[in-house]
Amino acid sequence: MIAILRALWLVLMHSFRKRATIEYPEKKAYLAPRWRGRIVLTRDPDGKERCVGCYLCSAACPVSCISLQCTQDETGRRYPEFFRINFSRCIFCGYCEEACPTYAIQLTPDYEMSEYSRNNLVYEKEDLLISGQGKYQGYNYYRVAGVSIGGKGKGEAENEQPPIDVRGLVD
Amino acid sequence: MNEIIKMAVTVVGVLVAVLTAASLLIWGERRLLSLWQDRLGPNRVGPLGLGQVVADMIKIFTKEDRTPPFVDKPLFVLAPAIIMTTTLLSFAVVCFAPGIVVADLNVGLLFFLGLSAMGVYSVVLAGWSSNSKYPLLGAMRAAGQMFGYEVFMGLSLMGVVMCAGSFDLREIVLAQKRVWFCVPQVVGFVVFLIAGFAETRRLPLDLPETENELVAGYHTEYSGMKFGMFYVGEYVGIVLISSLMTVLFFGGWLGPWLPAPAWFCLKTMAIVCFFVLCRATLMRPRYDQLMSFGWKVLLPLSLANVLITGAVILLRRAP
Repeated sequence: MIAILRALWLVLMHSFRKRATIEYPEKKAYLAPRWRGRIVLTRDPDGKERCVGCYLCSAACPVSCISLQCTQDETGRRYPEFFRINFSRCIFCGYCEEACPTYAIQLTPDYEMSEYSRNNLVYEKEDLLISGQGKYQGYNYYRVAGVSIGGKGKGEAENEQPPIDVRGLVD
Repeated sequence: MNEIIKMAVTVVGVLVAVLTAASLLIWGERRLLSLWQDRLGPNRVGPLGLGQVVADMIKIFTKEDRTPPFVDKPLFVLAPAIIMTTTLLSFAVVCFAPGIVVADLNVGLLFFLGLSAMGVYSVVLAGWSSNSKYPLLGAMRAAGQMFGYEVFMGLSLMGVVMCAGSFDLREIVLAQKRVWFCVPQVVGFVVFLIAGFAETRRLPLDLPETENELVAGYHTEYSGMKFGMFYVGEYVGIVLISSLMTVLFFGGWLGPWLPAPAWFCLKTMAIVCFFVLCRATLMRPRYDQLMSFGWKVLLPLSLANVLITGAVILLRRAP
């Protein structure tokens, strides 16, 4: 009996507690910088696509929502011909970001992507590409990798020595 | 002629007031529950979220009203009508203020008790005619619980009747000029309160519907406006029990400064809020606990209350 009255009093006193509700459209919850939300494709400092079309994100994706096709330009630089993420399937696990060797695919603190039609949740490369570098500033895959592409030959990457002529040792 | 017009105005006024109060409870209960659960509740539609009432009405009116093929159709349709009819009819005898009463019956309290006993049929028939397992289980519980609690609901009021010397609700209010009956009849009040929970099937004693074990109990198979009738009927029931409690134990419209109907509304609202507070706080007992508590504690208690009240009244009358 006392316990019941005490419980009633306790609940009544909750009227004066701070509300837990965040009134969403007016106020928004704090999202951490590493919050896993809408996926973007970033560019390197030169403004070119970072994605080299290695398919690792697509392979890592547990719900198979990423599909892409790799191609090359005339200089040998690999890039995705198309890159499609079906956000109605995406579970925002972030495995694609972990798998990406070039920091191209990144998750952003944004969750406001409701649509009236499901087809609008299929994002193409134009929708995914952003103009900036995202979370990893200054990283340029082709400038640290040993691959030769147009404008950068073998041995011209950062911290890379010119190739050794192995035959030269024979002399 | 004048009499008839006055009567019609009273009837329509009471009906509108009661139904408005009941539908406002749809919003009010959710706001109050969220107040006590550190939330905000529906506050988007209209000022303070009051438009929620209209939105819910539109929703429930336009929903598909499906009658499953396996039900006993006449009873299935009849059941929700019974609960609305009986609870609304009970308001006929409730005395809101001097002169504002539909039927000033001299057996008003008995009329209410009779109608609330009729209301049980609604739940039982709904469960039976639904022809499926959860409604049947809910109806069985409702039958046991409500018939059981009906007994000492009546008995708990006998103390009040003895003190006032009348079954007429107006007389009962007038008899509380000196002291409200919740003081001398505190046992009767507590028993009536608990029986009121059982009668309206509100949360501590909502065993007929127990949504976490019986889906929705007796109204599992109902949808659309038929479900709406049960839904609103429950709120009308709460308003009814609260206004009766006001009349019987808290001096009805009596009170200083404010006009009589305002006092009545304030007291009724306070009791309605208490109903919601109990829903926010108390957990539901097991069915056998409910029944044994009813028959082994409340029934003897209300009988003792009748006995002692009678003895005290007789002793006072003795020269």
